[in-house]
Amino acid sequence: MQKPTAPQPVGFLERAAQRYPLRTHMLVLLAVIAVVAIVALAFAVLIFVRPAAAAEPKLPARQAQHSSAGNAAHGKKLFTSYGCYECHGRAAQGGVGPRLGPEPLPLSFIKSYVRHPSGSMPPYTAKTVSDQDLADIYAFLKTLPESPKAKDIPLLNE
Amino acid sequence: MALKNIPVDRRSFLKNATVGAAALVAAPAAAADAVTNPHAAAPPRNATAPLPPLPRRVETGAAAATSEPNANPITVDHPGSDFMVDAFKAVGFEYLCSNPGNSFRSLHESFINYGRDKNPEFITCCHEESAVGMAHGYFKIEGKPLLVCVHGTVGVQHASMAIYDAFCDRVPMVVVLGNFGDAQTRASFVNWTHSAQDPAALIRDFVKWDDQPATLQGFAESVMRAYKVAMTPPYMPVALVCNTDLQEFPMPNDPTLRVPPVTVDRPPQGDSGSVQEAAKWLVAAENPVIVADRAARTPAGLALMIELAETLQAAVVDRNGRMNFPTRHPLNQTERGNAVVGNADVILGLELTDFYGIVNAYYGDVYPRSRSLTKPGVKLISINSNDLYLKSNYQDFERYQAVDLAMAADAEATLPSLIEAAKRLITAERKRTYQDRGALLAAAHQRALAQNRDLAANGWDASPISTARLSAELWHQIRNDDWSLVSNCQFVSRWPLRLWAFDKHYQYIGGEGGYGVGYGAPASVGAALANRKHGRLTVSIQNDGDLMFAPGVLWTAAHHRIPLLIVMHNNRAYHQEVMEVQRMANVHERGITRASIGTTLVDPPIDYGKLAQSMGMHGSGPISDPKDLAPALREAIAVVKNGEPALVNVLTQPR
Repeated sequence: MQKPTAPQPVGFLERAAQRYPLRTHMLVLLAVIAVVAIVALAFAVLIFVRPAAAAEPKLPARQAQHSSAGNAAHGKKLFTSYGCYECHGRAAQGGVGPRLGPEPLPLSFIKSYVRHPSGSMPPYTAKTVSDQDLADIYAFLKTLPESPKAKDIPLLNE
Repeated sequence: MALKNIPVDRRSFLKNATVGAAALVAAPAAAADAVTNPHAAAPPRNATAPLPPLPRRVETGAAAATSEPNANPITVDHPGSDFMVDAFKAVGFEYLCSNPGNSFRSLHESFINYGRDKNPEFITCCHEESAVGMAHGYFKIEGKPLLVCVHGTVGVQHASMAIYDAFCDRVPMVVVLGNFGDAQTRASFVNWTHSAQDPAALIRDFVKWDDQPATLQGFAESVMRAYKVAMTPPYMPVALVCNTDLQEFPMPNDPTLRVPPVTVDRPPQGDSGSVQEAAKWLVAAENPVIVADRAARTPAGLALMIELAETLQAAVVDRNGRMNFPTRHPLNQTERGNAVVGNADVILGLELTDFYGIVNAYYGDVYPRSRSLTKPGVKLISINSNDLYLKSNYQDFERYQAVDLAMAADAEATLPSLIEAAKRLITAERKRTYQDRGALLAAAHQRALAQNRDLAANGWDASPISTARLSAELWHQIRNDDWSLVSNCQFVSRWPLRLWAFDKHYQYIGGEGGYGVGYGAPASVGAALANRKHGRLTVSIQNDGDLMFAPGVLWTAAHHRIPLLIVMHNNRAYHQEVMEVQRMANVHERGITRASIGTTLVDPPIDYGKLAQSMGMHGSGPISDPKDLAPALREAIAVVKNGEPALVNVLTQPR
């Protein structure tokens, strides 16, 4: 049996996402700002018309506990089981996809992007990955150790 | 190129020529022809005398017993396969890669005894796919095709995927298909299953030409035609069916039988008017870009690419189907290809597999779409030998791209006239502009290199080992040697191409062509075989899934003492497929945690070091700590420099 394993149809644009992650992120950031503005407006309307009790639903205890900081240990497991490592590397160092850690972009940005990705990133919808899971993965990304700088690595200066 | 007529000059004629059926043989030829077939001259005979009858091996029954004095000969002095070997030797194949099969047993015996196992030398392969893959890799280093012999039906089916890869990668080779064409020669039921009416039908969609000669003279001429067709750009594999009766029956007493000289067509060049027009556009362009894929067929092609780029001070984007341009050359803008293509006003595409994919970007997945990357008004020029020869069924010709000027011609052969035309048009004022452009490109090149080094530092100490760290460690060990990297870099995020200094034609040979897994290992061994006589240190970063298709090629490397350093990129998966299945799981939204099912090679872990040892070669690892990598590489390189293959099993990050 031969495997039809042509690589994904990746154009220069998508490869550029690996090389110039900041530029891609800026584009998405603009989209996020627009979405946040719309959501804020909708919230304002809801708060205005809904009773106060309904505006503060109670979260389950575990979810509430994790919401503030995220569970890094759980996030590490999810990073593997949800397949994040496949494109971003087991150390989130980057690969087919860009580097994610150790200083990840803001969680709000990541949440927005994975729900509606561009390029070759597959979607991680709310149906498959909860916000809490994303917070846990985010917590894991924040725990990753810093890599040495290229200028300090002799092998990268040959 | 033309070789001399090769006389058939080594045998006393037909010891058994007094037996058998005479009806097969034509009338004798003029005395002059006896020079090319001296067997026909001894014993002397006149032009009208009947020819001595030829022996037939299979002849039974009363008629046979009574019609001939010796109807059941048990020996054959000069089988037709000897003459076939003469024809193959006349072409000059250095090696014959093959897994043995009785549909070409006579030819096999003729190669090793009559031909003395030299030019070609028989390379014992453990799978037909390995044999073809070796020929594939060998050609891309040496620039000469190899001969491959495959067994009837079953052998050609094993070989077919590798032939397809070679076809897509525009690599020539001559594939000989054994066959029991005449049903009367099939001495067992097995031979029937290994026979076909039209053996080459299976691969006809992805070979350039095939033939099934019925006579030895026809066979010799078809060998020459096969070589000529395969070696005229666009290069592709060709196939010859070799029937057992033609191989095993004695050579006929035909004084006209001769091996003709081989001639090869000059590569087709672009017409002078189109070349002049292309030069005019390129010289006048503000931001010309040269994009090359399989442009540099030879070392001269690499030099021509450099000369064209420097003449124009144009950006070069190397698609790396071949080693087209030095990676550290200031005009190499491959790492920022998106930017230069988007800013170009003239794009010259040289032997591109996918021009559409250069000037467009795909997005979306289940419903893929694309958008143009180029500025309005950009002029596109194509020089591509693929336009000279297309097949219908398999879709390797890629999406159609309209261009402003298309030359159906070989790019390398056209470059000298294009360079000359450009030089004639360049004024002193244009030269000053070019200098400024070149300086900007050089600065951008340096920034891209620095950015890649920064990216390579990410996960530097990670375990499993990052592909960037693996590449950097390997480069450190070989950079002062005369090295040749013979594996596709695509699956290690192209790190060698992003970090190493490639500047010689044999230092990179591209990839599979058809992306058929199983190419990597045999192509590396074949490339190492070609590099051996040049004393080069051949290195392959070997994907684990690829090696598992036909690991027997390790034994071939060990058996034939082919020095090759294999560094395993052991990511324990068919990782492209992990990502593909993950993508579908995410899109279908019914579970995203099972993409590893059917795609990974984890349980039990495969010990490639021990696998190599079992094949009689050096094997070490598994290595998962990056600090352990350098000593293991040094140890293996010492083995390779001693003329043997060696494998280091490295547990790596996915890409």
